[in-house]
Amino acid sequence: MNAVDTEDNVYDALAAADHDGRWAHGAGFDETVVEVTAPAPEGVDVGDLATYCLMLADDALVASHRLSEWATHAPELEEEVALANIALDLLGQARVLLSRAGHLGAAARFRTPTTATQLADEDVLAYFRDDRFFRNVTLAETDLGDFGRTTAWMLVYSSWRLALMTRLRGSADPVLAAVAAKAVPELSYQREYAAGWLLRLGDGTELSHARAQAGLEDVWPFVEELFLTHPVEARLVAAGVAVDPAALRADVDSDLAQVLPAATLTRPERPAVGLVGGRGGRDGVHTEALGRVLAVMQSLARAHPDATW
Amino acid sequence: MSVSDETTRLATASTPDGASDAPAGLERELEDAFEATVAGEGRVEPRDWMPEGYRKTLIRQIAQHAHSEIIGMQPEGNWILRAPSLRRKAILLAKVQDEAGHGLYLYSATETLGVDRAELTEKLIDSKQKYSSIFNYPTLTFADIGVIGWLVDGAAICNQVPLCRSSYGPYARAMVRICKEESFHQRQGFELLMTLMAGTEAQREMVQDAVDRWWWPSLMMFGPADGDSPNTRQSMAWRIKRHTNDELRQRFVDMTVPQAAALGVTLPDPELRWNDERQAHDFGDIDWTEFTAVVKGAGPCNAQRLAHRRAAHEGGQWVRDAASAYAAKQARREAGEQVA
Amino acid sequence: MSMSDDTTAHVEGDPATDLGTGTPQATWPLYEVFVRGKRGLNHVHVGSLHAPDDRMALHNARNLYTRRNEGVSIWVVRADAITASSPEEKDPFFAPSGDKVYRHPTFYSIPDDVPHL
Ligand SMILES: [Fe+2]
Ligand SMILES: [Fe+2]
Repeated sequence: MNAVDTEDNVYDALAAADHDGRWAHGAGFDETVVEVTAPAPEGVDVGDLATYCLMLADDALVASHRLSEWATHAPELEEEVALANIALDLLGQARVLLSRAGHLGAAARFRTPTTATQLADEDVLAYFRDDRFFRNVTLAETDLGDFGRTTAWMLVYSSWRLALMTRLRGSADPVLAAVAAKAVPELSYQREYAAGWLLRLGDGTELSHARAQAGLEDVWPFVEELFLTHPVEARLVAAGVAVDPAALRADVDSDLAQVLPAATLTRPERPAVGLVGGRGGRDGVHTEALGRVLAVMQSLARAHPDATW
Repeated sequence: MSVSDETTRLATASTPDGASDAPAGLERELEDAFEATVAGEGRVEPRDWMPEGYRKTLIRQIAQHAHSEIIGMQPEGNWILRAPSLRRKAILLAKVQDEAGHGLYLYSATETLGVDRAELTEKLIDSKQKYSSIFNYPTLTFADIGVIGWLVDGAAICNQVPLCRSSYGPYARAMVRICKEESFHQRQGFELLMTLMAGTEAQREMVQDAVDRWWWPSLMMFGPADGDSPNTRQSMAWRIKRHTNDELRQRFVDMTVPQAAALGVTLPDPELRWNDERQAHDFGDIDWTEFTAVVKGAGPCNAQRLAHRRAAHEGGQWVRDAASAYAAKQARREAGEQVA
Repeated sequence: MSMSDDTTAHVEGDPATDLGTGTPQATWPLYEVFVRGKRGLNHVHVGSLHAPDDRMALHNARNLYTRRNEGVSIWVVRADAITASSPEEKDPFFAPSGDKVYRHPTFYSIPDDVPHL
């Protein structure tokens, strides 16, 4: 273009194919192809493995959505950046796990004659699955409320998922092991962020103390479900693939025992939310909140099932 | 910084209220040194003497830029939760996060001039300082995300790349970093639009509709015509503005026209055509009445954007207070330990 | 010239001096951020940020200026703890007002060979 002063022409950068590590997980133009195509380990039921991938993926996808709701609403600009980082980390974890589940056959049943054939498995699973097929724990879908509740929520969530991923690094499934290895530092960061803020809110002002305690109380009924072992998990634990959630309680308790007293907060004594006929999030029986989350998340994709983006 | 620039560094003689303590002769000498630095493409650094007008103009300019980055998060943030693929969601979330970072870099640059961010935020939400009028338009479809990347970030790049050579050091350095990220933003926008244009009929219509809505506001981003931009001459002499509004607008049009052709979209201006004599595109008249109205607060989203920013800022006060109170308690505890 | 002369400009933002009132401060104090982009380079001033305390400052600096790139080293320092040199001997004459206006002593030129700054 003749009118363009070459010295100032940053359009060169548009043409350049350099890969910048700064760009978020999987958001780059040269996608890092994660090796989701490895075969399931010998003797492991493929359907179980796919379901387990969905469980861990949905825990991250739905939580990431909730955290993204903070965008442009955060209490300070520095927190905008931090909360977006955490949401991006979880979204990145979800994407690999959904792709893995899709590779193991979980996406096929959600493709319809109207969905575009080029639609990636991760998008079929994220956008064309109804809430009854989501396998996340209900903690992931709860309303994050104010920053006090968000912080309490994040401490519980990250402490639990970190304990899980730390153990999952030794999974017999190489993909799960790789996902876990990448997730551990991300979740350590998240736990540190949550603990740091809970400390400041709990031991800050009277108002922040009250809000942090109230947030903790609100989140508490969803904690018990985190330690329930689903039959799919039980079978995969036996195969050396999955982590038994029951084994995570001690880690989470120890984190809370460190943070809560320092934050001058009290461990709540509230009953767990009841299950429906013994079934919870891992069985696809959720709180009403998930339907609303998905109504927002899936609306555009479902309005154009034949499109790719 | 060059050696010659270093030798012209002088201590400041300004006071916060703009009065000068320096005797007239010395003031003259300081001003000459400043002028020489700027004219020689040197960089002015925070503790150098600078004319009060330069400082005030810079604060206004950088703050307005910072506010634009922060308010600009809203129209795009509007689609994060509904992004139609996980890859697009990740890109958009990262982009909105980048804009927060840009705002922070720029507020940081203003703070080197002796104002603090809280003060500027108050001015923003009290409508005492402005932000780019473009963000007062709504994002109605997901194609708007692509068009914002292509046209709005594209226009921002045109505006900002020359500012990497701004005479004020901290601003120039912030711009280098920001421009690098903006080129990613523009690239993702263009890539999204190419995908949509290769997609379904509905997606192509969505793109054309978005282009129709954003084209003219993008041209307005460069500000009033040169004849109506009285401060341009001084700002250019100070090297805090490197090209006139109309020069930049022309450059943007000339860059964008072939890109529009590559995409297969029509720019909504029947008068847009190549002028062989000028070796540039002619284009139609901008609706300056609309521009003035939006700048004065009567755009489609002005009230909404400010209310949103105010709600976030004021709603976060208790959190910021808590962190300050905690820091104070910790400092007291540490002091207590030292005594004991 | 020491930035600690400038107490009037900082008293509101300094937790250590805000103990008696019990009222929260308006804003978090300003921190300057220095990053070592990779081994073999010096730490270089990259900008500033606000944080309630040192730990959060480090946390925020990592988010904002390094995109959490592991392996880089970050220093944060309260802006009011920096003592800056005076560029000229004329300085004492101007010092009182000078410090008030430019209470943010970004007094570090960035070498040209540091990438992406
Ligand atoms: Fe930006
Ligand atoms: Fe941008």
